Formats: sequence, structure tokens, C-alpha cells
Amino acid sequence: MRVVVVGAGPAGVRAVEQLVRSGIEPVWIEEAPDGGGRIYQRPPAGFRRNHRAIYGADAKRARALHAALEALKPRADWRPDTLVWNIRPRERLLDTQTAGRRRATVEYDALILCTGAMDRILPIPGWTLPGVTTLGGAQIALKAQGVGIGARPVFIGTGPLLVLAALQYAKAGATPALVLDTTAFATKAMASAGLLWNLPTFVRGLRYTAALRLRGVPVVEDATPIAIEGEGRATALRWRDAGWREHVTPCDAVAMGWGLKPEAQLADLAGVPFRFDELGHNWIPEKDGAGRTPVPGVYLAGDGAGIGGAEVAELAGARAALALLEDHGLPSDMVLRAHLDGRLRTEARFRAALERAFPYPADLARRMDDATLLCRCEAITAGDLRSAARAGGSEVNRAKALSRIGMGRCQGRVCGPPAAEVLSEALGLPLEQVGRLRGQPPVKPIPLPGSA
Amino acid sequence: MRRADVLIVGGGGAGCSAALFLARRGVRVIVLERGLVGSQATGVNYGGVRQQGRHPAGIPLAIKSRALWSRLPELIGTDAEFDPCGHLKLARSEADEAELVRWNRIAAEYGLVTRMIGRNAIRDEHPYFGEAVVAGSLLAEDGAANPRLLSPALARAAREAGAEIREHHSVTAAAHDGAEFVVQANGTTFAAPWLLNCAGYWGGKLAETFNEAVPIAPLHPNMLVTEPLPYFLRHSLGVVGGGLYLRQIARGNVIFGGGRGSGEQEATRTRPSADASLASMEAAVALIPRLAGAMVIRSWSGTDGTFADGFPVLGPSRTTPGLIHAFGFCGEGFQLAPGVGQVLSELVMDGRTDVPLEAFDIGRFALQDAAGTASPA
Repeated sequence: MRVVVVGAGPAGVRAVEQLVRSGIEPVWIEEAPDGGGRIYQRPPAGFRRNHRAIYGADAKRARALHAALEALKPRADWRPDTLVWNIRPRERLLDTQTAGRRRATVEYDALILCTGAMDRILPIPGWTLPGVTTLGGAQIALKAQGVGIGARPVFIGTGPLLVLAALQYAKAGATPALVLDTTAFATKAMASAGLLWNLPTFVRGLRYTAALRLRGVPVVEDATPIAIEGEGRATALRWRDAGWREHVTPCDAVAMGWGLKPEAQLADLAGVPFRFDELGHNWIPEKDGAGRTPVPGVYLAGDGAGIGGAEVAELAGARAALALLEDHGLPSDMVLRAHLDGRLRTEARFRAALERAFPYPADLARRMDDATLLCRCEAITAGDLRSAARAGGSEVNRAKALSRIGMGRCQGRVCGPPAAEVLSEALGLPLEQVGRLRGQPPVKPIPLPGSA
Repeated sequence: MRRADVLIVGGGGAGCSAALFLARRGVRVIVLERGLVGSQATGVNYGGVRQQGRHPAGIPLAIKSRALWSRLPELIGTDAEFDPCGHLKLARSEADEAELVRWNRIAAEYGLVTRMIGRNAIRDEHPYFGEAVVAGSLLAEDGAANPRLLSPALARAAREAGAEIREHHSVTAAAHDGAEFVVQANGTTFAAPWLLNCAGYWGGKLAETFNEAVPIAPLHPNMLVTEPLPYFLRHSLGVVGGGLYLRQIARGNVIFGGGRGSGEQEATRTRPSADASLASMEAAVALIPRLAGAMVIRSWSGTDGTFADGFPVLGPSRTTPGLIHAFGFCGEGFQLAPGVGQVLSELVMDGRTDVPLEAFDIGRFALQDAAGTASPA
């Protein structure tokens, strides 16, 4: 049986581990030059920083995952630096591209997609200025390259990553100028009962905030970013506090992020149906608790199948592999299966509380000024999208056709969620009814042949 | 029951344009569109507004339509990004060159002005072409437009002129009850003395309902677009023999296509083909080497209807008075859409039009059957 695992983050590693245990040698495809995923992204070869310095409290998990990754590489058909840019579900074929050029097709009987997630952003005036990046991007600069986005960065957004990234920067020697959380403390406190399902993670969040304040980093809650200012690069953040007072905080870089969104384009191309997840405010591919999709032979695990975080991804990766083995009449570890199911159920309750604690600031997206640049690839403003709504853009794909929103290089991966909010508000329809942008190959840009 | 003078099945370019021209003449029109207007053939194609290379039988219609393209702002309040950038058809052999000359001679009889560009001139004027290109022919008043904008704009204008455009109205039954056409769509009954079949590939099914089965096949274009590149390519390009078409829009993206995508669920779901995309990418670089390394950001497909003879079905039904067909444009319908709508309005209102439609007669398939030349079942 030809099994392909796409992704070598926490989910992919644990999926391959279970497959290998059952004697399967999967084709294992990773888009990055090495495994680990975004959370445990490794520095390039030759960098000499220890796990503790790079991954902090996650060092132990990172070390364990990297060890598993290295042990599994020789037992799989390991293909790093390889992008799956298309799926042909009827032929059960993947189109791949290695090192940015070399193209191949890979056949599969069963496929586990562990495609991960990316930051969810909220466009505000100035968000495309040099010096502005995402929380995930800021973290990766630090983890993988050992460089910071700035010496006095501002962190905007909400969610566990916000304070974590700020603290990592503080520890690395930067002086965060401000941590702006759009969520009110009360909202987080209300959800705290649910957060107790994963006490260590919950406590960690509180501790990080306390540690930041101890270091003199201002952490404001229930605040609103107004604009990133600067000539040619970000030099200040204009924002409003909970009492509606305006402030200007000088800075030399900005990182922003409001939780994550699944990178589910491959599931889409594989023909997996999607459903709107009210709680996470995301469209997610359909799967059962074990990772089976309605498409025979296609399994999903990790954040690409709905945001759960790295710990859940490890559990879900293993669980999807066990489901695959079971479905194909191969021996699988029943004790482990029961254990994973229990853990995944508990984690799902924690995740629900987390989503309630750190909601996407949909209102800010919906009230975005007409002049704000919404789609940076095609330079489309919120006003342009509202015009398209008036001109018959009755759902996102039609609005895209009329306005070009989401038509550019990122294919709506960045602007999709806020665009859907703007459109939903403009049309007076629930978010769910404005739909989601259809996936189209290539999942990421591929070059025309020959040398440029 | 909803009554009208004319029912139009299919809200593509032909259907929306017909609705506009009829409504402007005071006719009560209802368009029944299964999805959103312009979702298929008119919405997903390359966007060529091209007279060049057409079969002589189709040239008068293309000329009639071209005149309307210049009037779009006045007719529908937008030019649908129509750019009369010229269509340059390229020859890669002496035989190709002879073919260009042959067509240009025919075109001249219809008053179309073309310019042959020989081996030296094409290097001088277009230094970016690869070695394979030996000559070209430019039809300067041809051009290209944004296919995504045309049908919605036609529909909007038609609505403003009084037409009723019903999206998400899939036709489930259609018949003539002896007095008028009765059509069921989305749980509502519609009736009118005239019925226009503008249903693209699915027009074949509607024709069959009226005992006029036609040998239509689905055609799924395979289209790609690159990220924006510095602007260098003035004309929309084609090649003799077909297989690749390519243009650059002012914002820099290069749009190109060739080969076929695929469809399922009665051609309502389509996807581009990776093989066709990769072949088109090779062909594009062979034609214009400087495109090497440019990033393709998106590919797409959709559904048109096609016939083996390359002609659409356009004209009155042979079985049912009051039924007029306009479907199966074989991948060449985008440019024709405004003209086809005008022709349909003339057929309804005046009983005649000024362009020849004989070649497009639905009766041609019955004649083929009688002569035994139709393809074997």
C-alpha cells in the first residue's frame, strides 16, 4: 500500500511514527527544508543554539519531536523542500515540486494531510509597511534565524501566541514597546473554567503575562489598534485603550496575529467538504474524531484540520495513522487508540474554551475603514470590496471575481478571513453564508520552466 | 405562475445580452440562471475579443459583436476592461505563415484590416519572441477583456432596463403546451410565448427536451495566470493551429491557456488539469523565453459546449416555433456574446437579423444523420 504523509510538523511526525511501527514505509513530503513544523522549526544546519534557548518551555517537546523526526527519516521515503501544489483525487496523484523547480507526481492509496496553519491577521492602516509581520513570522525569525524583527517591537493581537512571542523577544534581548491584546481580561476570565481542562497551558499564559509586566513591558487588554504609522517603515502604533483614549507608541517593528487559520487548501483540492466552525470562526475540512474525511483514503491531522495546537497535533497525527491502518485491515495499537481518543476529547474542551477566551475581533474587521488596504497582493481596499458587494458580489467567490480580492499571489490565504467579515457586514448576511474562497491549484506559486 | 414575453434559460453572456437588448425594446424578459450569472463559459475563459482566425461563416457575427464592444460603456456602464490591444497570431513555420496570408485575404473581403509582420519585422517589433516564431499577423482592432466582469455587467444593465434576472433558478422542466412555453425552475412556473436556449453546454439537454438532440460535448478550458511582471507585451497572442493563447494585462499579470481541464457531476464541477497546465507553461516559455521563472499563481477551468464542426447552434428551433437556440460556442463565444444577444433580440422582434446564421442552424445535425456522416454512436 502506498501511503503518503504531507507535512513533518508535530502531526506528521507522529503519523509517520505509527505507520512505521506497522511496517509501512510512507512517502513523507515536507515543504520546508527540514521537519519540525512552524512551532518546532529548526535553525539551518550550522547554527549552534541549544533547544532551551530556542524553544523555551517547549524545549523538551521540541527535542523529543526532533529525535523522532531524525529516527523516522531513514525509515520513510523522506522528501524535504518539496511542495505539493496540486492533488488529482480521481487518479490519487499528487503533483510535487522539489527545491522550487524539480517536478514529479506521487501516487497514493492513502494520504494523511498534516498541512498546519498560518497566522490570522486583521488589516489596519499601515499593515503593509516594512517592519510589520505576523506573530508567527516574528517567532520564526527568532527560532530559525536567531534574529529579531526589531529592538523595540510592538505585539498586537490576541491568543496564547501574543504574550509568548513578546516574552521570547524580551528574553532574547529586545525591549517590547507594547503588547496590545484586543480581548478584554473579563472575556478571558469568563472562559477560564474551561481553560482548566489544560491547567499547565492556562497557567503558563498567566505566568507569561506576569513575566512581561515584571520586565516593564506594558501589556494592555481590551484595546484597539488604529494604525501603524511611519514613512517607508513602521515607526509607531496608534491605538486606543479600553477607556477610548488614544495613544501613540513609538516602535521599530510590529508583529500581529489573532489566532491561526488552517492551511487546508490540499484538503480542498482532494475534495474534502468544509464546514463553518462557529467557535473557531474558521472554515474547516470535515473529519471524524480520528481524522477520517468523507473522501476515502484521505485523512487529516493537526492544525490544518482545525486549530488545536502542537500537543493536539501530535495526538491527532498518531490517531489518524491508526485510523488509516485500521481501515486498511492492518494491525494497529488498540490501547494507544483508546488513550488518544480520551486525550483528544479532553483537549477539544480546552480548545473550545481557548477560542472563547481569545475571539477573533470580527467587529474591527467589519468596521474597517473603506480606505484600509484589505488584499495586499492585488491592492484592494475594504471600500473596493464593499462596492463589489453592492454590484452583485453575493458571496466571496463572486466578490473576488468582481473586485480581485484574494486573486493575487497568496490566493486569499491572508486576506480571506477579514474579507469574509467585511463582505458579511456589507451584505447583511451571516459569515457562514458568504462562503469561503475555493481552492485552486497551484496551492502556492510555481515557476514557469527554464531559468529566469 | 410568472408570465413574460420572453424566457431565457442561461445567464451567460448570450442570455444576459439578449435580456438587455430585449428589455431595451420594452419586452418583458425573465432570465433563469442555475447559479450566478456568468459562472461558466463566459466567466472563466481567456477573455479574447478576437475576430482574427474565425471561420468565414462566423466573421459577420464577430464584426457585429465587435462594434458593440466599443459601445459597452454606453450600453452597460462599464467597458469590462476591454482593451483593443490587437490580436497577434504567430506563425512558427512557412506553412503557418501561408495560413495567415490565406486568412487575411478572406478577412479583407469582410473589410477587416490586418497587417502581416515578416521575419525581420517581428524581431524588430517584438524582440521577446523565441526562435520558433517566424512571422505574425496583427488585427489591430481585436483585443481582450475581463471575462469575470462581462456577464454581471450585462445582467445589471438588463435589470435596470426592466429585465428580471433570476439566479439560483435551475430549470427542472420545460415544455410547449400548445399555446406557450411553460418552464419550471426553483419551484416556480414561468410561461412565455418565446423561449431562448442560452444554456451553454447544458443547452444540449434543453434542446433534447424539444426533440432536437445535438452531438454536443463539454469543453473545459485550462487557464493560468502569473504574478504581475513588468509590462512588456502589448498584444494578445495566439498561434496558428491553436494550443496556446497568451496576453499580459496592464497590471502585469500574464494570462495564458491551452489544453483542457476536466469536469464532473454533469460538467458543473470543473478543475484545471496539471498536465495541461505544465504543457502550457512549457509552451509559453518556448514562445517567450523571458517568461522563464515567472510564478504561476492560479489556474482554473469551467464549462463551455462544443461541436465537432466548430460552429455553435444559433437560430430558430426546427421543431418548436418560438424556441431560439444560442449555445455551444466551442470556446469562441466570449467575443460574440454582445452580438449574439442583439441577434436574438432581432430574431424575436423583427423575425430577421442582418448576419448570416445558416452555418449555425441546428438542422445541420439532422442532415448529417440523414447522409450518414455523423460520428458513429
